[in-house]
Amino acid sequence: MTDILTYLIFLPMAGSVLLFFLKKERVATLKVLGFVFSLLTFGLSFIIYFAFDPSNAGFQFARRILWVPSLNISYYVGIDGISLMLVLLTTFLTPLALLSSWKSIEKRVKEYTIMMLLLETGMLGVFCALDMFLFYIFWEAMLIPMYFIIGMWGGENRIYAAIKFFLYTMVGSLLMLVAIIWLGYYASTQPNGRFTTDLLQLYSIAPAVPLTIQTWMFLAFTFSFAIKVPLFPFHTWLPDAHVEAPTAGSVILAGVLLKMGTYGLLRFSVPLFPDATIMFAPYIALLAVIGIIYGALVSMVQTDIKKLVAYSSVSHLGFVVLGIFALTEEGIQGSIIQMINHGLSTGALFLIVGMIYERRHTRMISEFGGLANVMPLFATFFMIVSLSSLGLPGLNGFIGEFLILVGAFKSTYLSQWFAIFSSTGVILAAVYLLWMYQRVVFGKMTNPINQNLSDLSKREIAVLAPVLLFIVWIGVYPGTFLQKSHNTTKHIISVVKQYTQSNLTHSDTTR
Amino acid sequence: MHNLSPYIVLFPLLGFLINGLLGKKIHSEKISGIIGSGVVGVSFVIAAIVFFEMLRSSVEERFYLINLFNWIAAGSLSITVGYQIDQLSILMTLIVTGVGFLIHVYSIGYMHGDPGFWRFFAYLNLFIFMMLNLVLANNFALMFFGWEGVGLCSYLLIGFWHDRRFDTGGYKPGTATTSDAAKKAFIVNRIGDVGFLISMFLIFMTFGSLTFEDVFKRASGVMMTGDETMFWITLLLFLGAIGKSAQIPLYVWLPDAMAGPTPVSALIHAATMVTAGVYMVARCSVLYALSPVTMEIVSITGLATAFVAATMALVQNDIKKVLAYSTISQLGYMFLGLGVGGFAAGIFHLTTHAFFKALLFLGAGVVIHAIREEQDIQKMGGLKSKLPITSNTFLIAALAIAGVPPFSGFFSKDEILWHSFSQGSIVYWLFGWMTAGLTAFYMFRLFSLTFSGKERWSHDIHPHEAPNVMTIPLVILAGLSMLGGFIGIPASLGGGNAIEQWLEPVFERAHVIMVPLHTFSHATEYLLMALSVLLSIGGVYIARLFYLRRTDIVFKLSTSFATIYKFLWNKYYVDEMYDAVVVQPVVKGSEKLLWARFDVSIVDGLVNGTARFMYSLSGILRRIQVGVAQSYAMVFVAGIIIILGILLTRM
Repeated sequence: MTDILTYLIFLPMAGSVLLFFLKKERVATLKVLGFVFSLLTFGLSFIIYFAFDPSNAGFQFARRILWVPSLNISYYVGIDGISLMLVLLTTFLTPLALLSSWKSIEKRVKEYTIMMLLLETGMLGVFCALDMFLFYIFWEAMLIPMYFIIGMWGGENRIYAAIKFFLYTMVGSLLMLVAIIWLGYYASTQPNGRFTTDLLQLYSIAPAVPLTIQTWMFLAFTFSFAIKVPLFPFHTWLPDAHVEAPTAGSVILAGVLLKMGTYGLLRFSVPLFPDATIMFAPYIALLAVIGIIYGALVSMVQTDIKKLVAYSSVSHLGFVVLGIFALTEEGIQGSIIQMINHGLSTGALFLIVGMIYERRHTRMISEFGGLANVMPLFATFFMIVSLSSLGLPGLNGFIGEFLILVGAFKSTYLSQWFAIFSSTGVILAAVYLLWMYQRVVFGKMTNPINQNLSDLSKREIAVLAPVLLFIVWIGVYPGTFLQKSHNTTKHIISVVKQYTQSNLTHSDTTR
Repeated sequence: MHNLSPYIVLFPLLGFLINGLLGKKIHSEKISGIIGSGVVGVSFVIAAIVFFEMLRSSVEERFYLINLFNWIAAGSLSITVGYQIDQLSILMTLIVTGVGFLIHVYSIGYMHGDPGFWRFFAYLNLFIFMMLNLVLANNFALMFFGWEGVGLCSYLLIGFWHDRRFDTGGYKPGTATTSDAAKKAFIVNRIGDVGFLISMFLIFMTFGSLTFEDVFKRASGVMMTGDETMFWITLLLFLGAIGKSAQIPLYVWLPDAMAGPTPVSALIHAATMVTAGVYMVARCSVLYALSPVTMEIVSITGLATAFVAATMALVQNDIKKVLAYSTISQLGYMFLGLGVGGFAAGIFHLTTHAFFKALLFLGAGVVIHAIREEQDIQKMGGLKSKLPITSNTFLIAALAIAGVPPFSGFFSKDEILWHSFSQGSIVYWLFGWMTAGLTAFYMFRLFSLTFSGKERWSHDIHPHEAPNVMTIPLVILAGLSMLGGFIGIPASLGGGNAIEQWLEPVFERAHVIMVPLHTFSHATEYLLMALSVLLSIGGVYIARLFYLRRTDIVFKLSTSFATIYKFLWNKYYVDEMYDAVVVQPVVKGSEKLLWARFDVSIVDGLVNGTARFMYSLSGILRRIQVGVAQSYAMVFVAGIIIILGILLTRM
């Protein structure tokens, strides 16, 4: 059990090594093997899910092996309630993504499957790493397969999009690297201290960093994460990357990669630098609120369905960031569940867009209309996913948004106006989603080419049905998932409170 | 016995699942129809059992809570899926399931032959499920679940024939389909829903709970009348009610909602869903009682809506649109009643309205079917002899809504008018009274043009009466429209006002806060009553005169007051104004300013500019080219694997 996380992280990579030795002509075997490995990984994560003890707020299944002794860097993995949820999301979406590209990826199947599995290892590593150096390695390593997935299997403008994606995130992560090194160095200046990148040690060291330096550290980390989220106005890489990426790439990109940003905020920015967090909370929340409204408005006027969904992510992720910086239990719990929700709903939307793209090789809204008559099953799935995305109570999206808004409204660090303005995002989400849905699915069929479109195949149903299951499950009984992260959330908030209070008394006495 | 109450909610859900998942496979109108109607019937029977049980028990025992499971819990927020059975919620449940059942049965006939028959019943059942959650919920969040849920069903059902052309009478002339109307309904409703949402945040902040009993108990114990927080809480909740119950300024979706199948208009857009706002305000009566300013706003909004919508109904020619404006107007009446503190009066009118308005719509449905989907009353006429049952039941409903005694509408409307006079002001009464006159007039304009006079439909149409499955619900509803008023005969007429007494415990907390302003003698009441009866009968008479014998007067009026006529005909140009002031600026602004200018030019321009700068500076990136990308990939990955492998083995 102690090594279970290591097995989990490297199981997909083991799969990719195996695939490496297979002949590239054996397309079917490659696909099946890749899928089986992703399923095994999901199975393993399921065991972890059941073995996880939600009453324990600390890191579980922790494993630590000294790696670079000279720099005190270790291979250190472990998960808490937050990581657990994101690990599950990753292992859940990867097999679906592979299944969705069964037909659409025809060239270089071998390389593609290898890339997808390597990507999964990278993502799992990011969510499990407890050593900042290890985290950084996974964070960067994961960029490479994603870069190639966009750059090799993407659309016409794929090179531009891939490079833009790569550079954007590289710029951010370089700042983070500097901050990591500085933090390690700071640890060594403490009495009896030595250089370290051990996150758990830094949790107790970093909050004591003087505020001016803490500010810079916080900004370096947060900037890097903000690009990934993406927080307004660092979002312009996202529409390009999504539009050019193949369906599976978009699903993983929206479903998991964006969550690394919000995960980073929650794992590093907030608990490492509580003082700076409180200082910057209103400003970051402001960007989040602007993102919610701006993303929705820009989404509304898109003519390409995929771009529309991409911009809607800016809006949805704005909610997640708002919830985190509300720094209330309701807000953070809402953010965690909303990360999952967005992965499910937006992931499913991209899958759906991919399904009509495979049929028509276009994603322009104006090319469609009246699909409900020829593809009723497709229309039903599309409807439910859209409703989930626009936050209809009873489906998953509502739970996250509601908790986030309650949390933001209650927050002592944010004005109530943040929650009030964000609430209008609820109207706008209905506008852009239902308008798009109407133009694609409802109305008269104006384009005769669409007359012969086939409804969903069994494989496509198999891809969407599991997502739908969780959309309803989380909507009706979110307790299953909320309770897993409950104590972790409580812990983070207590950390923030504890350090800010001690600092307050500290500054009071010095004054 | 009250342990049965969760099953009231459960059965329609079962019906939805069966018809929704298996309906297509079953492929039988008979089975889908029986299941769809049956589950609602069962719910009604259970509700009736619970109701009679309550009748037998003492007043204290007429309130119980049933908690099913925890829905959302985080921090100090804890929301359960739990139901509250009391005098108000059981009354609403009886209306929803009772009228709902009749409309389900009617739909078996109405939707006969439609390829989406099973889907229709699935949606209707889902609607009943959501509506029951709305009325039975014991907390705001679950109520909101039902609230948005009924909005969804409304959306799905308005757009049921999503590719049918639909005349909006304003925007998108000639190209709109019913899905435009559906989308508009959902979005306009959501504007109101945001009010509801924010109000919930405020309630949670103020009272630390979202459960009705906790909130109401604390509110009546702690809050002072006129408290500012209470003002915002109630005003924002009322915004939600304005959206759902189609009041000024958010009423614009309801006339368009007539694009849906007629049973839907009867059930959702007349009898039940649109009254949700009225129910919600009544449910929160104690909160409203604490904020007299909001009460004033509720009355004025209701009154203005009642009057304005009635004027719009005067000139409409679409049979369903007349009824839609009439619904808006009647809902305004209910809010007027609530606003002056006559909570029971508002609910009383809600009840009788559910009977006669459902009947009017169902009757209209028969007419529309009989003359080949024609909805223009100018192309009807003389249908009385062809559709005797429909015509007679329609007449009963028309008399009821016109306020002619002793039909049900007379009692409930008079109760509201009396409250608006005694607890409000003479101006309220005067406008309410005039609206009653307008109502009688447009209703009998409609009746005369449809059923009386000359036949104006083409002679190759042979209208005939609907089958029993459709006429029996009409007859039952006619009975209710005729007799329904007797549950609320006022004391001045020697009655016991049973409904007010029944509901009193629910509104007790509010009544403790709101002490009646004035008391009046029965003589005043008789005088006002006489005036309204006079006006009702006058309205009926003038309408008959104008549209049957002296059609020249109508023509003269419409030409000599052409401007006013045109203004009314175009419904005050409100849709056009919203489009120009709200919709277009937001869409164009987002497209031209936010997207094209800010996103693409400024932010991306900066990013690309920086990238180009770096590119020309180093020239290194130039080597990353399409042709070699694949080999790069392999080198990269191989490198990573090797490095990680070495590191791992060294561990």
